[in-house]
Parts: sequence; C-alpha cells; structure tokens
Amino acid sequence: MTSLVWLTVALPLAGFLVNGALALRRPGAKNLVSYVGVGVLVAAFIVALAVFIDLWRNPPHAPVVVSLWRWLPVGPLQLDLAFQVDQLSVVMLLVITGVGSLIHLFSVGYMKADPGYARYFAYLNLFVMFMLVLVLGSSFPVMFIGWEGVGLCSYLLIGFWFSDKVNADAGKKAFIVNRIGDFGFMVAMFLIWHHLDTVTFTGMVERAPAVFASGSATVTAITLFLFLGCTGKSAQIPLYTWLPDAMAGPTPVSALIHAATMVTAGVYLVARTNVLFALAPLSSTVVAGIGALTALFAATIALRQYDIKKVLAYSTISQLGYMFVGVGTGAYAAGVFHLATHAFFKALLFLGAGSVIHAMHHAYHATHSHADAQDMRNMGGLKQYMPATFWLMLIATLAISGVPPFSGFFSKDEILAAAFARGGDHPIYYLFYAMGVLAALLTAFYMARLLTMTFLGDNRTGEPERHHLHDAPMVMTGPLIALGVLSVIGGLINLPPFVGGGAALEHWLEPVTAPAHQFFGLEMPHGRTEFFLVGGAVLVGVLGLFAGYRATLRRQTPSAAEAPDDTGLARVLNRKYYVDEIYDAVVVRPLVWFSRTVLWRVVDQGAVDGAAVNGTAKLSRGLGWLGSRLQTGQVGVYVVLFLVGALWILHAMVR
Amino acid sequence: MLLGPSLALSALLFSLGVAGVLLRRNAIVLFMCIELMLNAVNLTFVALAQLHGASGYVMVFFVMTVAAAEAAVGLAIIIGIFRHKQSVDLGNINLLRG
Repeated sequence: MTSLVWLTVALPLAGFLVNGALALRRPGAKNLVSYVGVGVLVAAFIVALAVFIDLWRNPPHAPVVVSLWRWLPVGPLQLDLAFQVDQLSVVMLLVITGVGSLIHLFSVGYMKADPGYARYFAYLNLFVMFMLVLVLGSSFPVMFIGWEGVGLCSYLLIGFWFSDKVNADAGKKAFIVNRIGDFGFMVAMFLIWHHLDTVTFTGMVERAPAVFASGSATVTAITLFLFLGCTGKSAQIPLYTWLPDAMAGPTPVSALIHAATMVTAGVYLVARTNVLFALAPLSSTVVAGIGALTALFAATIALRQYDIKKVLAYSTISQLGYMFVGVGTGAYAAGVFHLATHAFFKALLFLGAGSVIHAMHHAYHATHSHADAQDMRNMGGLKQYMPATFWLMLIATLAISGVPPFSGFFSKDEILAAAFARGGDHPIYYLFYAMGVLAALLTAFYMARLLTMTFLGDNRTGEPERHHLHDAPMVMTGPLIALGVLSVIGGLINLPPFVGGGAALEHWLEPVTAPAHQFFGLEMPHGRTEFFLVGGAVLVGVLGLFAGYRATLRRQTPSAAEAPDDTGLARVLNRKYYVDEIYDAVVVRPLVWFSRTVLWRVVDQGAVDGAAVNGTAKLSRGLGWLGSRLQTGQVGVYVVLFLVGALWILHAMVR
Repeated sequence: MLLGPSLALSALLFSLGVAGVLLRRNAIVLFMCIELMLNAVNLTFVALAQLHGASGYVMVFFVMTVAAAEAAVGLAIIIGIFRHKQSVDLGNINLLRG
C-alpha cells in the first residue's frame, strides 16, 4: 500500500489537468468541476489513510523511499524522483488531504457564483499536488519542486481576482518576498551537497552527525540559510509582510494555503532537517527567538485590525511563531502537533470568517450598498442571524486561546512547557517562554475581540441588509462542523501523560526525531512544575478571553464609515508598526531608484544600448567606410591590385 | 625544340597583354588584351607539353573553351554597357565606387 503513495500526488494532478481543460473549454460546467475537484481530494485522502494504516500496522525500520524514476543522473549526483514515506510525512499527508478535502468542499458553496469557478479549482488542485510533493519529497531538490510550486499556486490564487490591481499586486508581493527565502533554501541545499555529497534526507541523517561537529560554523550557516527559507514561506520576521496582503485571495484559499498548509512548510522543513538544527544550537536558538518575537509582534498588530481576515492573518503569523518556538526548542513533535491542531482551528476560523463575509457580501449586494463586507465594524450581533457559524467559531476561538480541553490547549501548552524546560540549559529560553505566554494572552484577547465585534452586541449592518443575513448552505457549513469536531478532539492525537494520555504523536514521530534527540535532548517538566505551567497557561487564556470580551463589548463600536481615525498607540498598531512603509522606504524605493537611474539610464541605455549595441554598429560602419575607399569603380585600379596580388602569390609560391 | 624562343615569345605576348590591360581604357581593346594573355599562356602550355606529355595540349583546349565562353559573356556585357552609356570608355564606368 505504501508504494501507492504516488497516487496522492497523481490524483490532484489529474484534477488540475481536467479542471484546467474545462476552464479553457467549458467554464460553465460547474457540476463536473465540483465533482472532479473535490473527488480527487477525497480519493487522495483515502489513499493517505490507507498509507497511514499500512505504516501503523507494519512500522518500518527505516523510512520507505518510493522511487518513481531517475531524475538527475549528473556525474556523482544520481538523484531519483522519489517520495519518502515515514511517520512525519504521513502526518502531513493526512493533514493536507484531510483539511484540503473539507476546504475544497466549502469552496463549492463559496465560489458558486464566480465566473472563474473552473480555474479556481484547477489552481486549488494544483496547489495540493505541489504541497504533497513538498512533504513527500525524499530529497532537497524534490522538496524544492513542491516548495516553488506552492509558491506559484499561492501567487495565482492571491491574484485570483486579478482585474483588481490591489489583488494582483498582493500576489506579486507574496511571490517576490518568497524569492528572498528561496535564495536561502537554495544556498543551504548547495552547501549540504558540497559538504555531505548527498541531498537525500536519509543520506543527510546518516552522514550529518559524522561530518559536522556540533555547533560548527558550516552547519550553523546551513541551518540559518534553511531558516531564511522558512521565514519567507512561513511568514516570520523579517519576511512576514506578504501574508496579510495575501488575504486579497478568496477566503477558502486563505484557509488552505495561508493558514493550514503552505505556510507551515517552514515548520515541516525544520522538523524534517532536525538533525542539522540539533547540531547547531545557535541556529535553534535563533529559530526559537524569531518564532517568539514573531508570535508576540504579530499578536500586538492583530489587536487593532478591523478587517476580519487581517486579524486572522496576523493570528496565523503569530501561531506560526509558536510552532517555530517548538521546533527551535527541540520539541519537534510539539511543533508538528501545533501545526496539525492549528490547521484544524485556523481553517475553521477562516472558513467561518468566509461564511460571514459571504453572508455580508450577499446582503450588501442585495441592497446595492458599497460598504466593506470584511470590516468588523460593519458587523455586530451576527449571532442572531448566523447561529451555527457563531458556535463553530466560538469553538475555534476557545481552541486557539488554549482553553482546555480543546485541541489548541494541548499543543500550545506543550510548546510553552518545552521552552520552559530548555530554559534550564539556556536561560534565554525563559525569555522566549515569557514572550510566548504574553502572546497567548494577546491571542485570547484579540480572538475574543473578533468574536465579540462580529457576533455580539448591536447589529451595525444597516436595516435593509439585516433581512438578507443567514447561515451558509450545508455544503459550506458541513465542512465547518467537521473542522469544529476536529478542533475539539484534535488534542487526542497527542494527549500528555498528566491527563492520562500516551503522547501518541510524540512516540509516533520518534523514529524521525530520534537522531536530533541524541544531540539536543529535552527533559520535559514533571509534577508540580508541570501543573504550575499548565495552570498558568489556562489562566492567561481565560483572562485574555474575558478581557477581550469585556473591553470590546463595553465600548460603543461605530460602523466603518463613521469611525474616527485611531490615535496614539492604537494607530501605530492599526498601521502595523509602519513596517510596510519602512520596507518601502528602505528597500523598495532605493531599489527602484537604483534600477531607474543607474541600471536603466547608465547600464542599459549607456552601456548596453550605447556602447555594446550601437557601438558595434558604429565600429563596423567605420571599418566599412575605410574599406569602401578601395572601391573606386575604376577597372584599371582593380586590375593593378589584382596583378600586384597575383605577383605576390606567385612570388610566395616560387620562393 | 625551340623551347627557349617559344617561352620568350609567350612572355612577350603576355607582358603586352598586361600592359594593354593596364594602360588602355577602351573596353574592347582591354578585352582583346585579355585574349592575348590567354593565348600567350596557351603557347606556354604547348611549348612545355613537349617535355611533360599530353596534358599540356589538353589544358590548351580547356583554356580555349573557357576563352570562348568568356568572349561570349564579356562581349554581351560590353554591348549592354554601350547601350546604356553610349560609350565603352572605362573611365566613365564607375558605378561600383564605394
């Protein structure tokens, strides 16, 4: 069964080809598109499930590498296009195809009226295919195909409504910012090849401990370059700016690509190359530090956003920061655990927000209003009109805030506990722990604010619109319910021992993380310390929720059109610390200026056009003019020249 | 058998031809000078064929054939030039000046 893992990649690819052909030939065949688009994903999920069961029943001693064909036979580099099935990739496989299926199903309802329906599903299928190549790839180059492919699909889907320049620009921004990260990935890949003579993951695990001394400069450089790739793909400081703009795409895309799957690729990469990071404690500290900083930084921005999707975008960045704290601490299983639970509850939050936007959009459409359907200041009191959506989003909010027994509680708690435990060796991890706790408080606060502003209090949509607000149809609510169930029980996959669980995911991932634990072992807290940590985390979450609820409800929220501009700190937060403006002034503008004045005017127009192209033409014209002086047109002159030449040749031959 | 005088005559004829080509400006005369050079070479071939076998004679026939073809084409060109310019003075014909 494991050898059939290529089917999980081939099925979405087939879906892309069929839907792509339909998009070009029969864009109206929406039923067929829906069946193909969703069907391939469900089929892929079933295959993934079968692969998982197979792996579970017969745990292999080494990762199973399914080789499809010889891809790059170049000298000493003999690389197969191969998929690696092991405990880690199968977890990702299940998350991607499982959550992906639900989001595809949701899209059937969400995108129903869109003229680009077939194109949308073609892109979405293509994305899933590349994402699976990313997680299944058995070597860095194969992974890189997926890494670049998901970037492409992200670009295509952010700019899905490309007739609006803002959306097209957001797509370009995502693509260009990710390029910076990809540069890091490639440099790391070249360095690994240079030093280890292998680019496969199995080879890396085998040779890295022998070749690299712990903490050596080489392995530190490799891991830092890898992490640069992660900051791009997973939206960490300093390359996170593309993700909030990426919300320009359709909401299910935000749920699938920019919350549940693609942005977690960086976390997956660190977990996959854990042996390298374990050999480079400095890099691990950087990973955890950047993660903690991002978690806190993004959470503060989320406090003062009004666009419902922007709040969730910054929340995603913040939660990704948590995952990096986990993998940077050496708690790889905890990072992957949070990755999985986050996929559940964040997908639920995004799809719930999608349902709200869908309802708001229809209401405004029916009354021909041009108000912003995503601005929370225009919502309020929606619980009355969309009860199912409210209850489901409440579950997700409790999960992300870390309230037991919801899934997010277990995963977030584990990461914080790990950071605390590492603090025993390196005190700086205590700081990361504190930042994480503070970020958890802010997370609970802004999520309560989001929920309160959207669903509670007075309705601010306007009188005529109110009658058009209602819960989404079953095809959209169904996936929400499924995700709601997963958000509640997701913690079961890795129940910690203190509630009687067996830390199943941690044991499951042990074969993958074992090499790293040799160098970077972690003693998790027990007994009273553990209870103190858990109690603190829960307290912080509940406190944040309560404070967010009270603070938002107490204040009268004016609708977006009437709202005064924020002032002071709130303004700074609302404008996202002006980071985009700073990047614009420091990076973009100088680059544009340099390109325009130096590269264009001097290099292109002066050197290339002037000297190289026109210069060559002038030179040959000048030489031609000189030569043409010989052409007098007088036969006599030609004869003399001919004669002189003939005599000269004769002379040369006779001599 | 008269090799020396034959070669001397041929050299004389050839030099006359060259001088004519260099000095005269009438296209017809020029043409005749070229024929003179060709035939001077023919004379050399015939003379040397006595020493080196029949290939020299064969060569003469080639030269005569080529000369005939050249005469046909060359005279046609000169007639064309005359029709165009009403003159065969090469000093007036310098269309190819660069």
